Amino acid sequence: MPDANVLPDATTTDGALLVLAIVLPAAGVLLSFVLGGRYAERIASVLLPSGFILATIIFADVWQSGHRLVYIVGDWKPPLGIALRADGLSAAMMVAMAIVICAVAVFAHADFGTRAGSPEARAPFAFWILLMAIWGAMNTVFLGGDLFTLYVAIELLTFAAVPLVCLDGRAETLQAALRYLLFALLGSIFYLVGTALLYGSYATLDIVLLSRRIHMEPATLAAATLMTVGLFAKTALFPLHLWLPPAHAGAPAAASAVLSAVVVKGSFFIVVRLWFDVMPGMLGPAGAQLFGALGAAAIVFGNVVALRQQRLKLLIAYSTVAQIGYLFLMFPLALDTVSAQLHGSGALTGGMLQAISHATAKAAMFMAAGLIYVALGHDRIAELGGIARALPMTIFAFGLGGVSLIGLPPSGGFLAKWLLLEATVATAQWWWALVILAGGLFTSCYMFIVLARAVSPPSAPLKLRGAVPRYQEAAALTLALISLLLGLVALGPIDIVEVGRLESTMVGSR
Amino acid sequence: MNAATLFGLCGAALVGFGLYGLVTNPEPLRKILAFNLLGSGVFLVFGLVSRRAAASGLGGDPVPQAMVITAIVVAFAATAMAIALVLRLLQETGRSTLHVDNPGGTDTDRGNS
Amino acid sequence: MTILSAFDIGLVVLILGIGASTIAARDAFAAVIGYVVYGLLLAIAWVRLSAVDVALTEAAIGGGMTGMLLLGAVARLRLAEGNDVRTSLPTRLAAGVMCALIAAGLAIAILSPPDPIPTLAPMVMEHLAQSGLGNPVAGVLFVYRALDTLLEKVVLILALLGVWSLAPDSVWGGIPGLRVYARPGSTLTFLAQLLPPVGIVVAFYMCWVGAKEPGGAFQGGTVLAAMWLLVMIAGLKRVPSISQSWLRLLLVVGPVIFLAIGLAGMVLANAFLDYPAGYAKPLIVAVEVALTLSIGVALGMLASGPPERVRQP
Repeated sequence: MPDANVLPDATTTDGALLVLAIVLPAAGVLLSFVLGGRYAERIASVLLPSGFILATIIFADVWQSGHRLVYIVGDWKPPLGIALRADGLSAAMMVAMAIVICAVAVFAHADFGTRAGSPEARAPFAFWILLMAIWGAMNTVFLGGDLFTLYVAIELLTFAAVPLVCLDGRAETLQAALRYLLFALLGSIFYLVGTALLYGSYATLDIVLLSRRIHMEPATLAAATLMTVGLFAKTALFPLHLWLPPAHAGAPAAASAVLSAVVVKGSFFIVVRLWFDVMPGMLGPAGAQLFGALGAAAIVFGNVVALRQQRLKLLIAYSTVAQIGYLFLMFPLALDTVSAQLHGSGALTGGMLQAISHATAKAAMFMAAGLIYVALGHDRIAELGGIARALPMTIFAFGLGGVSLIGLPPSGGFLAKWLLLEATVATAQWWWALVILAGGLFTSCYMFIVLARAVSPPSAPLKLRGAVPRYQEAAALTLALISLLLGLVALGPIDIVEVGRLESTMVGSR
Repeated sequence: MNAATLFGLCGAALVGFGLYGLVTNPEPLRKILAFNLLGSGVFLVFGLVSRRAAASGLGGDPVPQAMVITAIVVAFAATAMAIALVLRLLQETGRSTLHVDNPGGTDTDRGNS
Repeated sequence: MTILSAFDIGLVVLILGIGASTIAARDAFAAVIGYVVYGLLLAIAWVRLSAVDVALTEAAIGGGMTGMLLLGAVARLRLAEGNDVRTSLPTRLAAGVMCALIAAGLAIAILSPPDPIPTLAPMVMEHLAQSGLGNPVAGVLFVYRALDTLLEKVVLILALLGVWSLAPDSVWGGIPGLRVYARPGSTLTFLAQLLPPVGIVVAFYMCWVGAKEPGGAFQGGTVLAAMWLLVMIAGLKRVPSISQSWLRLLLVVGPVIFLAIGLAGMVLANAFLDYPAGYAKPLIVAVEVALTLSIGVALGMLASGPPERVRQP
């Protein structure tokens, strides 16, 4: 039974949780700003776990009830007002991002920790506020039911992410941050002109209302194209990926983890909302194959360039470029050939699971790379010899993260690729199966290169430059273990992604 | 063609100009200027949408107008951040350029965590 | 062709001409001056589009504040080393073609409006009297779509934090590097003594009247910021260091009050950001006054840039 027809657009019980998910981070940012640097970390250490608990409650609520949660802000129903909606997709992403951000917060305590009574310092003050802002912006992206609210949310996300790139103040990171900002602004302004055209045609930007009114016409086609190109620029999909490697590799380790794992998924989520919820019937086979082709190009390009990298952080950043390509493979695979509509199915679940397992695995890998840098004073892959003996937990975490990226069972990456491969068989698009398998092969190549170097004995006795706190290694390892065990969700809430989907037929539900 | 459509088309042309400037001009400051032109073109498209939808005794639909006001403030904040980055880059390197001098990245031992 | 129509065509030609010149100009300074003029012409265009609130915001923020930022940047960049190589002709041709296509696509979308044209104006007006407001744009900003406005305030604070975080570690907590021209007896000093009292009254008037007529917190806040910047640049008031608690407090007072009233709405009214019946207008005006202060301080600080020195000169 389609959810939209059963429930009128009204605030559901527990809908107030959605407001809390947005208000808590906003309050945290404002309070930290005024109270000053010493308190920013403390406020974050209270709010971030609360955010995780909140996300879990919302997830459990959506899963148990089988309906999405709705909150009408200001008691004004769309099209006049704004609605916040939590369907299965939102709930799953909220929980995943909350886990990653909490782990990053634990990890970052070593670099950005503030002792009581110390004067306000620049980097810690900025870092904790920016982290809370990213958390709040992501929640708004997941819960926002109006395309203009989503615009404000991705602007918030961009302004929180860019200063993280150049947090250490070096010239290369300043350049990378400026390039990132310009790409991101181009993306936002394209998205904005799309919303202008959509409003001009339908007098609403509410996702549910738009999905009912939308039809093919020049203005809508122009809007869809421009918005998608803008969001591709923000998600760093090939060929608009140029800004990502220097930005993610140059940031401090905790920041790289958040940038690659969390921030990139925000604009991706809006692409999914746009095409799966607002205009599922408009993509068509040609458009879907184009998305898949860009994804395939990203996978091949990102992996090949990653193989040639000499620095670990750059290798991991190019790996992100490749893994983003996987996310877009789900578009041709989720297209129902009979109705030419994008629908929630195994492919959608696979894509979202890929996003979540990439988030946990990549964050763990960037954390591990950061710890290696602290220990050795550099991250040159050729000179990693002996680090496995010095930091076994760290290398183990890195390896486990790689396992998920390659797609070995029981990791989340494995289950995601399995679902996508199932969809290639079901829709008889065998060429995507080749791409998926080739990608896994490439990834295992560079993972092998890095791990082989790490376990090989050092050419000269290893001198550790700095001590690595145990809890940082534990944070990385926890995330890596989560990404490893994510495949086990198949036994549990795997079909939460189906909850709240707007279309009436659900092919391939499990 | 009425006045509103004329301004809308003007906005479309400005989007073209601004995008051209953003893509082709190598200096970051000129890119920021072009971005502002691009943004103002997009806002004019909103203006057309608003004027076209005039009803109930109003000169235009107030919802797109409110969106433009929000977007103008956001665009200013973005410009401020971009200019601060350009000036800081100038302070650090003595020039403002987006071209990377050593694309392989540095391997100096300066702190990177 | 009426006089009005000729005026519109002339305005559009001017706007496009000056806009193109800002892109094509060789000298960055000429381009920025052109941009300031362009901003003012755009404000007139907005008046022609019957969007006076937007015209005020565009003139103030789009033309004025952005122009000021760009002029300051151009002045400093003149000392920079040689410029980059111009992009090659094939790249420029390809970019030109792509931009022409995008502009054409937009034009086609604009020239095929739906029939009948959908609008939310009747719905906005229908419920506007409930909140006691007379300005429909204020209604959209603070009543119907208040969440967007609240989030946008947080965006502003975050952008300011981003600008501040660019400072070197050694001068954190110090004073922004706004260029000060303290020459007693100069025209600048005279203007800085004459204009601010008038400007402050104008700013609060714009905020106050924004409930009924075009105006509001954004426009008033920008005028406030401009007056503050004028006073600081003329050296009549010192640029504050970013660690001052009064500065931080003023920056967040607007969004905090907005958030608090919004949350109170969950208890006293029906939902988050809903206003109790009969109290909507006074609450909204209170929020707008607080926001005017916060926006004024935030825009002023954004224009001043990141901290550059620790002690007062």
